Amino acid sequence: MSDLTYKVIVGLEIHVQLKTNTKIFCGCELAFGAEPNTHVCPVCIGMPGVMPVMNKKAYEYSVLAALALNCNIPAFTKWDRKSYYYPDLPKNYQISQYDLPMSENGFIDIPIEGGETKRIRIIRAHLEEDAGKNTHTLGNFSAIDLNRTGTPLLEIVTEPDLSSGTEVRALAIELQRIVRYIGVSHADMQKGHMRFEPNVNLHITKDGKVYETPISEIKNLNSFRALERSVNYEVRRQLDDFMESGRTMEMGNKKTFGWDDVNERTVLQREKEEAHDYRYFPEPDLVPIEIDDDWLTEIRSRLCELPLEKQKRFVDEYKLSDYDAGVITAEKSTADLFDDAVKAGGTPKRICNLLTQVGGKLANEAGCSIAELGLDAESLAKLAKMVDSSEISATASMTIFEEMVKTQKDPEAIAKEKNLIQSSDSGEIEAMVDEVIAANQKAVDEVTAGGKKSKKAMGFLLGQVMQKSKGQANPKIISEILNEKFPQD
Amino acid sequence: MLNELLNFTCKQLRDKIAGGSVKSVDATGAVLDQIEKLDPDIGAYISTCREQALETARSIDKKIANGEPVGALAGVPIAVKDNMCTSFGATTCASKILQNFKSPYDAYVIDKLTGADAVIVGKCNMDEFAMGSSTENSGIQQTANPWDITRVPGGSSGGSTAAVAARMCFGALGSDTGGSIRQPASFCGVVGLKPTYGRVSRFGLVAYGSSLDQIGPVTRDVADSALLLNVISGRDERDSTCVSKDIAGDCDYLAEIDKPVDGLRIGIVSEFNKGADADVQKAIVAAIDVYKQLGAEIIEIEMPHFEYAIAAYYVIATAEASSNLARYDGVHFGHRTSAPKDYVEVYSKSRAEGFGSEVKRRIMLGTFVLSSGYYDAYYLRALKVRNLIRGDFTNAFAKTDCIMMPVSPTTAFKKGEKTADPLQMYLADVYTIAANLAGIPGISIPCGFDASDLPIGLQILSDVFTEDKLLRIARMFEAKTDFHTKTPTVIA
Ligand SMILES: [Zn+2]
Repeated sequence: MSDLTYKVIVGLEIHVQLKTNTKIFCGCELAFGAEPNTHVCPVCIGMPGVMPVMNKKAYEYSVLAALALNCNIPAFTKWDRKSYYYPDLPKNYQISQYDLPMSENGFIDIPIEGGETKRIRIIRAHLEEDAGKNTHTLGNFSAIDLNRTGTPLLEIVTEPDLSSGTEVRALAIELQRIVRYIGVSHADMQKGHMRFEPNVNLHITKDGKVYETPISEIKNLNSFRALERSVNYEVRRQLDDFMESGRTMEMGNKKTFGWDDVNERTVLQREKEEAHDYRYFPEPDLVPIEIDDDWLTEIRSRLCELPLEKQKRFVDEYKLSDYDAGVITAEKSTADLFDDAVKAGGTPKRICNLLTQVGGKLANEAGCSIAELGLDAESLAKLAKMVDSSEISATASMTIFEEMVKTQKDPEAIAKEKNLIQSSDSGEIEAMVDEVIAANQKAVDEVTAGGKKSKKAMGFLLGQVMQKSKGQANPKIISEILNEKFPQD
Repeated sequence: MLNELLNFTCKQLRDKIAGGSVKSVDATGAVLDQIEKLDPDIGAYISTCREQALETARSIDKKIANGEPVGALAGVPIAVKDNMCTSFGATTCASKILQNFKSPYDAYVIDKLTGADAVIVGKCNMDEFAMGSSTENSGIQQTANPWDITRVPGGSSGGSTAAVAARMCFGALGSDTGGSIRQPASFCGVVGLKPTYGRVSRFGLVAYGSSLDQIGPVTRDVADSALLLNVISGRDERDSTCVSKDIAGDCDYLAEIDKPVDGLRIGIVSEFNKGADADVQKAIVAAIDVYKQLGAEIIEIEMPHFEYAIAAYYVIATAEASSNLARYDGVHFGHRTSAPKDYVEVYSKSRAEGFGSEVKRRIMLGTFVLSSGYYDAYYLRALKVRNLIRGDFTNAFAKTDCIMMPVSPTTAFKKGEKTADPLQMYLADVYTIAANLAGIPGISIPCGFDASDLPIGLQILSDVFTEDKLLRIARMFEAKTDFHTKTPTVIA
């Protein structure tokens, strides 16, 4: 088997809930976690005689998302009915878009190893209504909650351009950033705002011949972890299956799998996918949508700098590491705060550290985003400048940051109040240096001996002086004095 | 003896009630008495709302006594087809599957009627889900033609037209998907108007063929038709296919109803009478002669795709119906089978028990034509035919004001005569269907009687959103003839 190689082929079908105030075809409020069937009306539960009315906002959100995914927006689109019987679908058809979707032919660039990106093509994105939820907790009965029915959903279909679980995960995270940046979805995975269905198979080359394994569709994944692991699992399973049975695409239908999160394995749901006949036809109760140039221009004007672009700019312009830039651009509000603070004169690296380290910790504790901590860019820049000019120590800046979050006070005022301004009086410092030198002969010997141990001993002496000053001596000045006393070659 | 209040038209009655010379409660009482007297034989109503109607009537009388302003149908007893949702009583669509269905809301047209101070007296029988041409497909009851109770009233709005003809209301609303207002109007000797698609909101009309369905008035004369259209038409935000006023034209159809159309040009399709009974042919020719005498010019027109209308209609209407009726599944509302063994059986048994055979036939037909592999050959082709038929009408209306032809090839037939052969029943829709496919308005007005004294209807079609002209043309005939004043035998 040493001559066997394989390529992983994955395409994604993604459903993103849009965060409109109301449902896509009626005036019911969108509500997650409300009492069952409290956000319903005759329209969304499909009572006799009702008619849908399109939520223009939902359409605009979907166009905005499609633009962010570099899709073409056709001037004319329409709605279609997709028929299937299921208790959580009250009309037994879903209003969707079939042959004329609102967008097509786009792409999404995803970050991969080493700061590189990979372009994943998008076949189409269209708008449709979500179904309700069935629960099976009532013994012989099923219960149906229709609160979710009619939630606007953007369905995105990619080409099978992904080639690993890691890439699939990267796409999911990137998409989440994008839809949050442009403000069209909360994209909260736990609440099911984003649901993924990977289609996985392998192209196996064996003895110079290429074999394609049967495609598996994994249904309804709503965590990044499950998404990555299920794809990886499916790759191994398909490889094993091929080794064992030699089964190829021609010999088996597409299979549908679920993901068992506890046992970390895919579970076969339908062995033989019966050809679904959804009997699509144009929705006669809605008029087609013609999107004119003015409308499109107006929507386009709401686009902002997208996360990956921003991340790259922070690397190129502000010299952040790719990792730091990734962390700081995870949320748009944080990235914007960072950007503004840099523009207000703080050094990028310093601001980044403040935000990601102490800011990240505080935000985590408070259960909010870093930007929601309430700091303004000006104060943040001022704090960073105080560290850079050695007015305060890096450690002190953390304390001040916390205090700023608590009291919204000016960093300088806090530093003074808490006695955190570093001493730069060289006479005073020199006296302390001399005291330390006198008390630490061993370290002084090591310094003068030079070599490997010298640098470490120097650091020790510096630390001792800092301690003596209770952290208020400016380490830069201590260093200068020490260097004068022990000139290094 | 007929209560003479019942001889008033809607407009006459409204003016008398508003003027204080007639009490709505008396007119409403007369209608309810007439229903009590005749409906056991006619079967026009599935349900009546006696107490509510009398209460409404009294409150309108009180308003008038207090000198408060009242609406365009103040105190006038009106009936509606039972496929229009009402928050009172049941909305059955004459189907066992909805026999006990109570709508939580009122249809747009119900809001408009009550807003105009009409008194809704009850809900009329129909072919189940409006599928049929004789009202024999009702899953609830049978309706007789007031001119001969051994005959059908036509359909699917047969309850509405029978009720108007038998003076069991002053006017009614029906719905027309392939002729369902016009054909029963012709069978019952009343005026039936199918407005332009999009003129009247369908919100609250239980859908059959959504791209074809349209609500319209059933009345005893053309002026009343105009009056009711005034009340029920208009923009409704809840129906996206309901056309805004600036496109549809906003007019008072009643204001100029008596003004003849100058230089009227009537389009006649060559061999238009082909296939119609001799008596029907004679009446239509005579009716067109009346217009000629009024100075109208007769223009022969081509309708090359007319003959494909029935085929296209039964593909499009059934396709939409198969989808529209999917929601009647026993899960959320309506009839549910007892003791199903799983959810699939909830669907299959509830539907098998709840739907009648014509509805099942059309659901199967519609499901078939939308199926993968058949879609292009049937549904897509039907849409193309539909466009061609629209084109035929556009060409015709470029040189004419209207087109005239029979409503139905026959007069009212005997109950049970055609039930064994659904295809024969479908073919009887030949004259009415094209208007639904093209979305244009059409009216049926009484224009004569056959040898058995059964009424014959003249159909007049005009271009989209020209109901004002259509009604004036119809009125020109009515003003010269007295067919609409004849009363059916059952009243005499
Ligand atoms: Zn709703």
